[in-house]
Amino acid sequence: MTSHKDYETMQRAARRKSGLLQALTYLGLSIWAVVVLFPFYWMVLTSLKSYGAYNSEHTPVFFTLSPTLENYENAFTAVPLGGYLLNTLIFAVATTAIMVVVSTLAAYAFARLKFRGKNLLFGLFLSMMMIPSELVVITNFVTITNWDMRNSFPGLILPSITSVFYIYLLKESFEQVPDELYRAAKVDGTSDLKYLWKVMIPICRPTIVTITILKLIECWNSYVWPRLITDDQAYFLVSNGIQEIRENGFGRENVPAMMAAVVVISVPLILLFLAFRNKIMEGVSRGGMKG
Amino acid sequence: MDRNSKKAWLYLLPSLILLGLFLVYPLIDVFVYSFEECFNFASQTYEGVGLYNYLYVLHDPYFLQAVENTFVLVIITVPVSTGLALLISTGLSSIQPLRNLFQTVYFLPYVTNTLAVGLVFMVLFQKTEYTDGLINLVIQLFGGESIDFINGPHWAKMFVLCFYTVWVVMPFKILVLTSALASVNPDYYKAARVDGTSRTRIFFRITLPMISPMLVYLVITGFIGAFKAYSDAVALFGTDLNAAGMNTIVGYVYDMLYGDSGGYPSYASAAAIILFVIVLTITCINLLVTRKQVRE
Amino acid sequence: MNITLQELTKRFPARGRKAKGETTAVDSLSFTIPDGMLVGLLGPSGCGKSTTLNMICGLETPTSGHIFFGEEDVTALPPELRGVGMVFQNYALYPHLTVMQNILFPLENLKGKARPTREQMRDRALEAARLVQIEDLLDRRPKELSGGQQQRVAIARALVKMPRVLLLDEPLSNLDARLRLQTREEICKIQKKTGITTLFVTHDQEEAMSISDRIVVMKEGVLMQQGAPQQVYDDPANLFVAKFLGTPPINVFEGEVKGGMLTLAGQKVLPVPGAPDRRVWAGVRPEGFVPAADGALTCELSRVEVLGRDVSIVCAHPACPAGTLRAILRSEHEVDPAAKQVSFALRPEKTFLFDRETEVRIPFAVPAPAGD
Repeated sequence: MTSHKDYETMQRAARRKSGLLQALTYLGLSIWAVVVLFPFYWMVLTSLKSYGAYNSEHTPVFFTLSPTLENYENAFTAVPLGGYLLNTLIFAVATTAIMVVVSTLAAYAFARLKFRGKNLLFGLFLSMMMIPSELVVITNFVTITNWDMRNSFPGLILPSITSVFYIYLLKESFEQVPDELYRAAKVDGTSDLKYLWKVMIPICRPTIVTITILKLIECWNSYVWPRLITDDQAYFLVSNGIQEIRENGFGRENVPAMMAAVVVISVPLILLFLAFRNKIMEGVSRGGMKG
Repeated sequence: MDRNSKKAWLYLLPSLILLGLFLVYPLIDVFVYSFEECFNFASQTYEGVGLYNYLYVLHDPYFLQAVENTFVLVIITVPVSTGLALLISTGLSSIQPLRNLFQTVYFLPYVTNTLAVGLVFMVLFQKTEYTDGLINLVIQLFGGESIDFINGPHWAKMFVLCFYTVWVVMPFKILVLTSALASVNPDYYKAARVDGTSRTRIFFRITLPMISPMLVYLVITGFIGAFKAYSDAVALFGTDLNAAGMNTIVGYVYDMLYGDSGGYPSYASAAAIILFVIVLTITCINLLVTRKQVRE
Repeated sequence: MNITLQELTKRFPARGRKAKGETTAVDSLSFTIPDGMLVGLLGPSGCGKSTTLNMICGLETPTSGHIFFGEEDVTALPPELRGVGMVFQNYALYPHLTVMQNILFPLENLKGKARPTREQMRDRALEAARLVQIEDLLDRRPKELSGGQQQRVAIARALVKMPRVLLLDEPLSNLDARLRLQTREEICKIQKKTGITTLFVTHDQEEAMSISDRIVVMKEGVLMQQGAPQQVYDDPANLFVAKFLGTPPINVFEGEVKGGMLTLAGQKVLPVPGAPDRRVWAGVRPEGFVPAADGALTCELSRVEVLGRDVSIVCAHPACPAGTLRAILRSEHEVDPAAKQVSFALRPEKTFLFDRETEVRIPFAVPAPAGD
């Protein structure tokens, strides 16, 4: 059976080729992983170097033998990083909480209640998804300024609440709940609000969790609106804080302290992501807004 | 109005008020602003109605610089990031071990604060009197000349901006493409293997057409996103983008509104509307081209 | 060209993190598909029949054993060099290509000397299309076709490379009942016309019985029996095969053989000369019951269902673990629907004995038909 031998060598060659391809794939993927991870590594590394050590390295060093936490101390004392974090937390939690309540009510009305003009209104809602925030921010800035709400939490929060996309996601999810449940609840004399609270929200909790997390991320990273509306450091969010630090804080050259601040700002989100990895990725792939 | 309708409108009321105030009214108002000439922010008065704001913006060298920067950014980052994402997600879906780990790592830029990580990129690329920075070290290693990417020549700054933008938008693209690739029925690949189709042919004749709707989606959203670039530039070059020569159209809008050069909502409105005319046109062209291709 | 499977075994690593070891999908399977025949590979889902099909076409590599196409050992051969055509359960037609482009696809893969010219490709594609009667649909896309038409396109795509073997994975399961009847005859016709050795996988015994020249019955990766459909039906090797073939299914009793007599719940019902004394399963085909006043098997009558051509009698018997048994009679053997009880004689050629533990068939001498 000479032909059989031929097949074997052929197969061995094919296997070698696919093994090579596999190795190349892993190599390529690893390179991109390094590109992604390196900035994170570098910021942690730099944040652990002392100011003196960092500035004496004309050639950057890839490790440090004497890690120090003084930069973190600096980040919280020399600049009001704690205040920025607290502001961002208040802003993110308040905005997200109000957004969830407002969107849930609206989505429930669209999904379950019957009223005239529902389809027309929903169509209008959908078309609002296409309004770019860059267009409306100008008037919002003027409005908030006229209302004398600059440098205040209401001024920060109010225009950030609405999100047509989340109303849409919630409505879709609410519509998955079988109609029979609603009718059964009505027969039992359950009020709409109670039905929403006791039945719809528990059933649709995965979607609510997803939009909550996505909104939290969005708030944590928001930069443009807070920058326009706050010029008092007491109301800065982390994004503006980091910009302020970059331009005026620490003295321009204290890179390790800056990196410590960057680490402090980045860690909460990364932890949130690692905890809710699947939820976040699923939510984003259903309708990412960044990018 | 019956009781049920009343209840429904009550549920919708908070959303309607917020959307009306902060989305619908501003949308109309921005057009009004853009036509009001010599609007005075302090006294809220204007002197006439016309196209002066548009003319001013279109003749402003800062705006033209911003338009140029934005177009360069769009033309470079959209193809590069989409192509790279396609390459990476194809690789990702061809492996089993470590796949989840890679996916998690690749998603990280999505959940980071653009401003904060931009600072890290600045540190990596910057050349100061103390240090040449890490990237320059690598360049020197390969025998190149060190460059200040942050305060140096325009093309170097553009390179960093493009690099950072690609870094930031990749997670979303990889995610979308990986799930698109995963949703292709494996029977197609089996059928192709039985017929002895080569890897390249499978990729171009089966995989690519199957995920083309998602690619189109990514290209269009990529264009829109890249046209709105702003915070990446701020993260790298600071808030005074005009001075750095790295302003983008959106940056110009905000600078007109507030900041050192601000206080001109009319100019800002005109610039914003010009931006969206550009985005709308390009999106329409995109849709037309892809629809034509799909039909063929 | 015969296809021979020799001691073919496929093991998969067990799924799940905790479960260690392997699961055996196919276990030392050996059978031969004679040249030019239409063979049905039959078994319940998860019995390893699809894995077997994938090994024959080369998508899976066997853990051990050999596959021969004629004299040639193709075990290690990649799928494209085997000359197999495969029709997938969901057809796997490329949705973005037209019917013609789909059929041309395998030909365009050919390289070097084997690659036909454009003209030849077109001719062969047209020929394949004509064979399955889809010449009018060549410019359409798969989603514009009905299920049956898609099926034919898939067959044409498989046939266009003139394969040595045609493999079909559950070819009828995606079609509705009416189309299924029509399509299975179509497949049978195409197979006869081309004379190509064909293996198809199905879990539907009726489907397999109706069109196959031979059937191969599998269970849990192990070959149960093979042969012509009627032969397997009439002469099942074990209880599984007996139960798996036939609608309505065979009736199974717990019984015992004592001194050459089959005894069901104390009733001596049938002489089974030559069968050793032991506890058995007794299987009686629904058509194996003959109503007789002096019949040895007395059952409690539950109901009579008139099916038009036939009459189905549903009754209960204490030895029947399923609770009910079903007999199919010709209309003339009327049973009084009002009666409480009904007595049957059993046809020995429709009655099978199986060992209670091993479930293997126990032969007995069927007496020559009595003088009537």
